[in-house]
Amino acid sequence: MSVNLDTLAIDDGDAFYEALRVLHDGKTPHESAVLNFRIILLLANQVGDEALQEILRVATASE
Amino acid sequence: MSEHHPIVIVGAGPVGLSAALELAALDRPSVLLEMRSAESDGSRAICWSQRTLEIWKRVGVAQPVIDRGVTWQVGKVFYEEDLAYEFDLQPEPGFAMPAFVNLQQNIVEGLLLEAVEAAGVIDLRWATTVTESSSTDEQATLTVDGPDGSYVISCDWLIAADGARSTVRRDAGLSLIGRTFEDKFLISDIRMTGTMPTERWFWFDPPFHQGRSTLLHRQSDDVWRVDFQLGRDVDPEEETDPERIKKRIQAMFGDDIEFEIEWVSIYRFQSRHLENFRHRRVLFAGDSAHQVSPFGARGANAGIQDAENLVWKLDLVMSDAAPESLLDTYSDERVYAAAENLAVTTQTIDFMTPQSDTDLALRTATLGLARRHGFARPLVNSGRLSVATVHHGSPLSTADSAVFEGDVELGGPVLDAPVHGSNGDWLLDYVGREFVLLFYGSTSDVPAGLPPDLRVVAVGEGGDIVDISGLVAKRLGWSEGCGVLVRPDQHLAARWKSVTIAGVVAGLARARGMAEAA
Ligand SMILES: Cc1cc2nc3c(=O)[nH]c(=O)nc-3n(C[C@H](O)[C@H](O)[C@H](O)COP(=O)(O)OP(=O)(O)OC[C@H]3O[C@@H](n4cnc5c(N)ncnc54)[C@H](O)[C@@H]3O)c2cc1C
Repeated sequence: MSVNLDTLAIDDGDAFYEALRVLHDGKTPHESAVLNFRIILLLANQVGDEALQEILRVATASE
Repeated sequence: MSEHHPIVIVGAGPVGLSAALELAALDRPSVLLEMRSAESDGSRAICWSQRTLEIWKRVGVAQPVIDRGVTWQVGKVFYEEDLAYEFDLQPEPGFAMPAFVNLQQNIVEGLLLEAVEAAGVIDLRWATTVTESSSTDEQATLTVDGPDGSYVISCDWLIAADGARSTVRRDAGLSLIGRTFEDKFLISDIRMTGTMPTERWFWFDPPFHQGRSTLLHRQSDDVWRVDFQLGRDVDPEEETDPERIKKRIQAMFGDDIEFEIEWVSIYRFQSRHLENFRHRRVLFAGDSAHQVSPFGARGANAGIQDAENLVWKLDLVMSDAAPESLLDTYSDERVYAAAENLAVTTQTIDFMTPQSDTDLALRTATLGLARRHGFARPLVNSGRLSVATVHHGSPLSTADSAVFEGDVELGGPVLDAPVHGSNGDWLLDYVGREFVLLFYGSTSDVPAGLPPDLRVVAVGEGGDIVDISGLVAKRLGWSEGCGVLVRPDQHLAARWKSVTIAGVVAGLARARGMAEAA
């Protein structure tokens, strides 16, 4: 499977960005980190092994 | 005074005792040197795996251990107060041996010692400490301090089963690769009559021990192992104070709990192993060769697999039936096993003792999800319990030329299954000690001209044994005409969809370490 890196697959990008941002309102850095990991774990399970390898690779190559 | 023996073993722990028994089963005498003057008292290991029991079954020790111990197969992991993960180590029936038996290490050693005494060919010398050792390519030499003074022993082969602080390893100048962990754990064995089930219970961040983990596991005679994670900066003296332990136990079970403390100790864990288990005439086995954290019961259980892997090879080399290089495959296979056990137990320790804020956040997220959602439960890691090693890529294995769908893997042990036959009710009663070809079919269908030193066991109608429940076929993934070559340690060396003489001859030569000669 190849990971979509070119086009945004979310309808309203700005609204999503805002929703993700406000999730962290009032959270300590630790609470935020936990929340982020929860989101990552849920997403990871959604996309499965094959795409995941690629995502981890692209993510670390994009620092 | 100086004496010479074919085989000397240093260390009468579970590994040295098992090696001596395996050798005795092949009529090989050994001298076993132990610095303790009597059986050990404090317990360390408590969980003995199915593979260990299968190995001990062949030397008559499995049943005594099962009878004396408690059998279990279910583990539960709690986060705070909620169940976060549950595992069953033997969901499918049809094995002679249980998934696990718990029994205090010192009691197990006592049962092994009874068998050692009964064997008649094992010269066990208590209160005998090896103070110096050396080895050439021809023999090993030991200076020992015995009850009557100091003397020298030489031997053709030395099995160093002298534990984590091995003198023999030190004298060989060998070091271990791996890591040491800073977190300390309080191991307490307490005697109490409880109504908890015989399951392995593990808590992350329980109300009675906040921010840390605790393990509760039953042993025999109403003794329970309670293992508290303490963190890095604790004072061992304070922590082993009986009053303090009492408070911890009361916090766990309530103030009315009645119990006695049997044994207490503070541990830090190592994850490390030798790069080569053979050094000239010295063969390292057990904790002298590898150490891992106990969460997973992969220490002694791996050491006993070392012993069984080593002994048949040593026997063949000593009777000139295999080249000396066969012993290097002992190292190849068991270093592979040690590296696997090290990797698995290190993952557990990393989950159990998060070393950074990020590690902790990841674990908290995982445990929180696991409490509510099935997908996250398998990520919860409180120890992955010992399984038999599949020696992938072993030089002794013949690569598969066809696909086998069964559960048994090339390089791994044959899985047990119920059978009908004249020598026992289990498949594993028919393999081991020598090379065996398991053949799917009747005796009359076995191809003529197989090597005479290969024992053939035909499985099926008109054969030697009958696959009464179909589990042999399911586990081996085989069908009519297939053949499976099994090593003396019951591991699978080669398999074919249809048996040819040339194929078997080559597979057998390879499994004996004579690949070039084939
Ligand atoms: C808390 C804890 C829990 C554990 N739980 C488990 C578990 O559930 N399952 C499991 O499989 N493993 C477990 N282990 C690991 C297990 O205890 C060891 O892997 C096991 O004891 C190794 O056996 P061994 O025979 O190699 O070494 P040891 O048991 O250490 O035996 C070595 C022997 O050599 C002797 N010796 C040493 N030096 C000399 C010398 N110079 N001369 C003569 N004799 C000498 C010693 O006296 C000793 O008797 C646990 C360990 C700990 C600490």
